Parts: sequence; structure tokens; C-alpha cells
Amino acid sequence: MIGDYLVLSVVLFCIGILGVVSRRNVFTIFMSIELMLNAANLAFLAFSRLHETMDGHVLAMMVMAVAAAEAALALAVVILLHKHKGNLDSNAFSLLKG
Amino acid sequence: MENSVSYLVLIPLMPLAGAVVIGLLHMFTCRGSALPEKFYSFLALVGPVMSTLLAFKVFFHLSSMDGQARVVTQKAFTWISVGELDVSMGFLADPLSVLMLLFVTFIGTLIHVYSIGYMADDENYGKFFAYLNLFLGSMLILVLGDGPLVMFVGWEGVGLCSYLLISFYSKDRANVLAGNKAFIVNRIGDMGFILGLSLLFWAIGTDGFDYLSLRDNAQSLTPAVGLAVCLLLFVGATGKSAQIPLYVWLPDAMAGPTPVSALIHAATMVTAGVYMVARFSFLYVQFPAAGTVVAWVGILTALLAAIFGMFQKDIKKILAYSTVSQLGYMFAGVGVAAYSAGIFHVFTHAFFKALLFLGAGSVIYALHHQQDIWKMGGLKTKMPITYWTMLIGCLALAGCPLLSGFFSKDEILYMALATGHPGIWLVGVIVAAMTAYYTFRMFFLVFHGQARDEEAFAHAHEPPKVMTVPLIVLAIGAALAGYLNLPGIFGGDMEVSHWLSPSLVEHHGEGSHGLELLAVAASIVAFAIGIVIAYRKYGHGAEEPEYRGFASFASNLFYVDQLYHKLLVRPYKGLGVSIRRRLDPYGADLHVKLLVVLYRSLGRIFTFFQVGYVRVYAIYMVIGLSLMSLFLSQTLN
Repeated sequence: MIGDYLVLSVVLFCIGILGVVSRRNVFTIFMSIELMLNAANLAFLAFSRLHETMDGHVLAMMVMAVAAAEAALALAVVILLHKHKGNLDSNAFSLLKG
Repeated sequence: MENSVSYLVLIPLMPLAGAVVIGLLHMFTCRGSALPEKFYSFLALVGPVMSTLLAFKVFFHLSSMDGQARVVTQKAFTWISVGELDVSMGFLADPLSVLMLLFVTFIGTLIHVYSIGYMADDENYGKFFAYLNLFLGSMLILVLGDGPLVMFVGWEGVGLCSYLLISFYSKDRANVLAGNKAFIVNRIGDMGFILGLSLLFWAIGTDGFDYLSLRDNAQSLTPAVGLAVCLLLFVGATGKSAQIPLYVWLPDAMAGPTPVSALIHAATMVTAGVYMVARFSFLYVQFPAAGTVVAWVGILTALLAAIFGMFQKDIKKILAYSTVSQLGYMFAGVGVAAYSAGIFHVFTHAFFKALLFLGAGSVIYALHHQQDIWKMGGLKTKMPITYWTMLIGCLALAGCPLLSGFFSKDEILYMALATGHPGIWLVGVIVAAMTAYYTFRMFFLVFHGQARDEEAFAHAHEPPKVMTVPLIVLAIGAALAGYLNLPGIFGGDMEVSHWLSPSLVEHHGEGSHGLELLAVAASIVAFAIGIVIAYRKYGHGAEEPEYRGFASFASNLFYVDQLYHKLLVRPYKGLGVSIRRRLDPYGADLHVKLLVVLYRSLGRIFTFFQVGYVRVYAIYMVIGLSLMSLFLSQTLN
């Protein structure tokens, strides 16, 4: 029973990773990160149910709050990036190349 | 020690505090609007005057005590505490240090007053007085220290101030080099001093490293170690007090302002070596061989410097060589174990040599920094105060009967005879005649005859009161200081020697009335011969002669400087350069370069991963986290 939820969580997480790694659009990368966060939330809730405590719920709520704040910031960054280069290709931003 | 007082530490502290205050004020104001000179003059005088008053207080305190018990001490704080050993920053006033204290503070104060006039309108007025105060404080630490270590602090302090003040006019490269030379030559001497102290500590210092404990333990020194200690300490003294072979720095030190030459390079610092030998009289008395070396080095230095002095043309250099020469006498005195005679000569010499330098300073001031005696002449009428005070100073230096230098020098020569060193006595008498000659050669050329440089002569005038008053006070001192220690044949009672006797361990030799008369007669004859020759040659004006043969050799100082340069400086420099060229590339440099190569190649490897794409970094993160999870799950199970 718990296994199903965890498998779903892992699958969601891997989709998120794949999205971050393979897509070049900054916006898509950002959405993939949100997906990974939600995968983690799902795992928290599943474990919370298993142990019959509210700890997992508390953490999940906190993750959502942080994600909301992060979304606000990240969207601002995305807008600035777009202003800077005129596109949202993450490969265009490679000044840190060694 | 039961006789503890609380004000001893103030004596060096007052000038030191003055130095800090003046130095900071000067530092913060020299770029903007400078403070008025009067303000600095006032601040500069507070420390020395307070120290002088306190010195008299200590003197009266000691006088009120019983003869042998005349010692007061103060432990300011514990300085070094290692295992069983505690070295405290302690101060000791006994008859010897109080005598030094009195004339150092008194003459120091007078020279501060004189400097107010001499240094007027100098752009670094504040800096000068900061250094001068610092010097006085260091000198007082040197004199008052209760052990060799505290003395060493002062010893290095005065060396530093000497360096700073010689190079005071630092815009001229020659002055800077003179300062460097003084400092480096002194370092060589100091190395001997440090080695001597280390050896002394190793041998008998572990039960307390102050003079009183060392004095109690001195008996347990083995002859070899004791002799080595005495000779090494004397190497230190040759550096600071400009004796053979390290005398070369003192004549160059005349590059500093004239009050500095008077205070540091004539009256006080250069006598530190003599003071040190007298301080360690309990060691030198045990090892007469060391004393003999000291005496011979001293008297030969006196001879050499007197020869140089006869052919110099710079008024300050003549005085510098006469200082070296008189220091030689002092070492001859302490070398034959006549410590009180040596210290008494230090005392009288401080008066008349400070007087001579300040007088020379007045002449130089009046002639707008002309120092060549062949360009002076006829100043007698223009500068009467300087003339008469200089005359007293010259007579005292030359050993004119009834002036201070006569009594103190004569005492040394008599003691050399009485302790069975006729050779030293003979050389000493010859040097006395030479001293009279070169002193009055300078005197006649400067003040008598015709003016050689009409224009400078026309502008010459007596310096302001702030400069002449110290001259007059010092002239009184130079004339009368000798009467403090009149020997028996002049109806005196050797008061200074008696005063000093609790501090010193000396033996008085096999003197006799006849011997003393012989010594006095010889000194008077030597003085008369010297002055008569000088008068006949230079009394009525003379032109600058062309030096040939020996005179040329002597006026070039026997080429000692060039010899040192060839034999020591250049090989040493060459060694340094060849190490830099031949050894360093394979030694220190190699290690550093290998490290550079290592880090650079490591860096190359890691830059390979820094592609700059966020996505790639995300992959690294995923891989890293996966590996860590894997590792953790493996270890936890």
C-alpha cells in the first residue's frame, strides 16, 4: 500500500530531474523543480499516514510555504534573465565557465 | 630588598611618555597645520626636567643612608616568567647608577634646552624632540636597570635612537648611510653582548639574573667561562663605545644634528660601554687578563683616534675622534681595575664634551652650516660667549691643570702606573700631548687669526640665549666637576671614588706619593708641549696645508674604512648575491615553484568540470547526492 505512493513519488521526482537536466528553457526547469518538491511532499504524507503522526503534514505545509516564496523570487529572476538576454535558453547564461 | 621605593620607575617613564605624546601629536599634525614650536618645546622639557628632579631626589635619599647600604630598588612588574626563572622589570639605584643618572638627566635637560634654539624652524621639529625624549628614556632604563636584561632593553633603545637621529636629515643619502653604518656596526657589537649574556646566564644566571645575585654567585665561575664572558661583553662595549675595531661608525655619526652629537655621541650613549664594564666590575676583577685586554684596546684606540684627530678638517669630526680617544682613556681606566677613575672620567667628559659639541654647534649655526675649520677663523670677537666657553671646554679636554679633564685623566694615568701598567701610562701621556695639540689646533683655527671666509664671517653672530645659557652652565660644570674628586696631593679626599665604592669591586694597586707626583708632572708637561706646538703652528693664522706622506695617510684615516669595505662588506655582500644567484633557485625558490606547478595543474583538472551550464551542475548534484545516499545506505545497513 505505502509502496505504491512511494513509487509514484520516485517517478515524479525522476521526471522532475529529467526535466531539469534535459530542458533548456529556464521556465521549464523551474516547473520541473516544483515537480520534485511535490514528489517529496507526497513521500512525506505517505510516511505520515504510515506512522500515524502529524509530523509529515507539518513538513509538507512548510515545503509548500517555502515553494511559494521561492516561486515569487524565481519568477522575478526569470523576468530579469529575459530582460538581460532576450531569451530564456539556460545555455545562454554560461559566464561561470572555468 | 627592603629599600624599595615607588618613584624609580618614573625616572625613565617621564621622557618615554613625552616621546609617545610628542610623537603622536607630530604624526597627526605634520601633514596639516603644524602645531606651534613653543608647544612642542614645552612638552619636550617636561620629561627631562621631571627626571632630573627625581634623580636629585634619589641622590638625596641615598646620601641620607648608611655608606654600604646605599641601594634602593623597585620592581615594576614581572617581565619574563619561565619555569623557575622570574625576570622582573626592576630598577636599581646604587651610587654608580645615581652618578650616571645625575649627569645624564642634567646634561640631557640642558641639551634639550639648547635644541630648542638649534632646531628652530626645522620642519620635523616635533619628530626631533620625540626621538630625543625616547633616547633619554632608553638611556635611563640602561642606567637604572637592575640586571643585564633590563640594561639590554635600554642598550638597544639608545642604539635605535642613535640610528634614528643620525639619519634625521634623511633627505641626504649620505646621512641615511651613516645611520645604517652606525646601526649595523652596533649590531656586530650587540651580538657579542648577547653571546656574553647567554654564557653568563648559562653559567651562573639560573639563581637570579640581576646584578646583586650575579655578584653573589660570581665566585663559582670557571676561569675559561669567566674570561669568555668578560671578553664577549667587551665586544658589546667596543660597538657601543666606539673602540677598536668597531670605532668606525662614530665619526660618521656626526651626520646627525649637533645637539644629538653632543648628547648621544659624546656625553651619554657612547659611555654606556664603560658603565657596563664598571657594572660588571665583580667579573672583571676576577679575571685580570680580560681587564688587561680592555685596557690595551682602550689606550690603543685613544692613540689611533688622536692620530686621526690631528689631521681632520671637519670641526665635528675632530670632536668625534677626540670622543673616541677619551673613551679609550676610560676603558684604559676600567681595564686596569680603576673603575671609579674610569667612571669619573665619564662624568667629567660628559660636561666638557657636551660643552664642546654645543659650542661647535653654535659656530656651525652662526656660519650657516659651515663645518670646515679651514674656512673659519677670527670668530673670537664675533662670538665672545661661545669663545670663552669653548676655551674652557678645550682646556678641560686638553687636560689643563685645575680643570676637570686634568683631574680625571690624571687619575686614570696614575692608576695605570700604580697597578703596574707602565706601557699604558706611557701611551696615555703621549696621547695627552696629542690631545692638547689637536684640540688647540681646532680652537686657534676657529677663533683666532684672520677670517678665511669673509662673507660668512660678516654674517656670523652670537646665537640666541636659549643656546648660550646651556653653554655657560656646562662651562661651569666643565671647569669645576673635577673638584668633586680631588686626589690626596691636591688636598682632596676622592669623594666621588668613596661615593662609588659600594657599587664597585676594585683594587687600588701599589700607589705611592712619588708615583702620583710623577704622573701629575708628566701630564702637565704633555699638556704644555701639545699646546705650545699648536700655538706656534696655528696661533697666528695658517693656510690649509697639503698633506703628504704619513699625514696624508692619517688624514685618510689609514684607509680603515676602505679596508673594512674590501675585507668584510664586499665579501659578505658577494656571498649574499651568490647565494641569491646560485643556491636560492635550487633551494627556497624551488619549493615555492613546485607548489605553484602543483596547484596550477590541479586547477586545470577542475576547470574541466566547470562548463558554465546550470543543467550540467544539476547533473553533478544528482550524481553526488545519489552516490552519497548509496554510501549512507551501505554503511547504515
